[in-house]
Amino acid sequence: MNNILVLPMLLPLLTGFVLFFLRPSVKAQKIVSLLSLLALVAIAGRILYRISDEGILRLDFGGWAPPFGILFVGDSFSALLVLTASVVSALIIAYSFTATERRMENMFFYPFAFFLVAGVNGSFLTGDMFNLFVCFEVMLLASYVLITLGGGKVRLAESMKYVAINVVASWFFLVALAFLYGTVGTLNMAHVSVRVAEAGQGPLLSAVAVVFLIVFALKAGLFLYFWLPGSYSSPPGPIAALFAALLTKVGVYAMFRTFTLMFYHDDFIMGTIIGTMAVVTIIAGCLGAVAYTDIRQIASYNVIIAVGFMVLGLAVFNEEAFKGSVFYLIHDMVIKGILFLIVGAMVYLTGKTKITEMSGLIRNYPVLGWLLFLTTLGLAGIPPLSGFIGKMYVGLGAVEGGNYFLLFIGFASSLIVLYSMLRIFMNCFWGETIINREDQRLYPARRLIPIAILGVLTIGIGVGAQALEPFVSDAARVMANPDLYIDAVLGEVES
Amino acid sequence: MEFHMIILVGILVTVAVYLLLSRNMIRIILGTAVLSHAVHLLLITMGGAGEGGVPLLRESDGPYADALPQALILTAIVISFATTAFLLVLAYRTYEESGSDNMNTIRRIDRE
Repeated sequence: MNNILVLPMLLPLLTGFVLFFLRPSVKAQKIVSLLSLLALVAIAGRILYRISDEGILRLDFGGWAPPFGILFVGDSFSALLVLTASVVSALIIAYSFTATERRMENMFFYPFAFFLVAGVNGSFLTGDMFNLFVCFEVMLLASYVLITLGGGKVRLAESMKYVAINVVASWFFLVALAFLYGTVGTLNMAHVSVRVAEAGQGPLLSAVAVVFLIVFALKAGLFLYFWLPGSYSSPPGPIAALFAALLTKVGVYAMFRTFTLMFYHDDFIMGTIIGTMAVVTIIAGCLGAVAYTDIRQIASYNVIIAVGFMVLGLAVFNEEAFKGSVFYLIHDMVIKGILFLIVGAMVYLTGKTKITEMSGLIRNYPVLGWLLFLTTLGLAGIPPLSGFIGKMYVGLGAVEGGNYFLLFIGFASSLIVLYSMLRIFMNCFWGETIINREDQRLYPARRLIPIAILGVLTIGIGVGAQALEPFVSDAARVMANPDLYIDAVLGEVES
Repeated sequence: MEFHMIILVGILVTVAVYLLLSRNMIRIILGTAVLSHAVHLLLITMGGAGEGGVPLLRESDGPYADALPQALILTAIVISFATTAFLLVLAYRTYEESGSDNMNTIRRIDRE
């Protein structure tokens, strides 16, 4: 039975409900959360191995065979992302056990973190466009609550913008779904792909594709990223880390799924529009990362650069580049988790947010400083850390496809990323120590453990890329050959 | 039938965009509510509204109406209901904290 496929979404959802009733006892909440997260990671790993053994898995809800029912489909791409998302969110939630205010723990912080994870995993696994919309909404509603939790003038003002922009984006999603259904008469992704290929991607379908592109670009922060720096820099460390690690990646995943499986026929959309959007995103992200002195803003602009880089792989559109993007997606979830946790910790420890107001922290918090240095190298893509392997494959793909301009922009952005991160490191950790050893705020070692594990992971993904490679190649192969996915879903059923 | 529905959707979207572009928070929220009604109508039109009989065997001889858009809309309505409720509470809290329901004033808060 393939029932295991629904567990990455069902388990966090049920855990969330249980946690609601455990509100009085924070300790019980933590124990249940921890157990559930460990189980989640184990399940995600199991799914990945089953897929490498048995090929693409499929679960038809209620026994309704596709294309009639809703279904979950697990291929290597989704399983890899589910596994990474589960591991990273487990570590971030473990971090928040020690770093969240009591007030927030009592106000349903953990349940909503779990609902967020449920929405994210559901989005990765679903094989139906409308179900994708529903999973997006589960994730977004949880994120609305998390971003407003704790209140405060600035937070509420930023949340208002964040919620409003996402409501409009969801509206566009529904419009796109309506037109898609009106045109091809189905919402099952594989079935849509078949019908689009049969009918040819004419002007009408291309218009639908562009509306989908706008929706996912808004969610991922590709080109339409103006809402992102404000809303990612206002919540406290763990919440910002959850957002940065998971939310934009879901948008990127949806974009890959839509444009490699369904609307891959139009070269103009694939190459020109998506390529231009990626390039503009990278350049604008670089400008922001260099211009600001607020460390939270710099970190947020680094999210935008990474989104641009991943989509570059989609614009290049060959198997090698897909492989690079999948590696980079996995890397980025891990590294953005560490980055935002460290940045949150720095703001918590010093009470300041600007790089000009901090100095010499390396004497106060040496381990944190070196972890940030590791993150810097990882973000820039220096071997043997995790960023390198993704950048290398995207580069190989770009050379193969002859997209030298995209290659140049992608690799030049690495230098800017390195510069923007070194600015934080040198200004904040080097120089004269301005906080007295006696006056410094205590940073307990148990908070460092989750960050350190994430650091080890980023080294592990880089060094152990060989072990990960078969899964990633399989993911890229399915993306480059949509027929594999379609056969697995529709099989012998008449299309 | 479809022609009239599309005109109606257009009018609703116009009204919603007008409301969304205003500065008052409550108007913006009403705008999002109207916007979602517009898209629900669009969905039902896309499923071929008014064509075919009741989709129940033995109740009519077919061709049957497409029941799927109605399931989609039901889901979408519930989601938009939840979002609107959340937005209203958020607007109230923002008003309490910042003492204003004007988006221009609220936008300036984070610059300080």
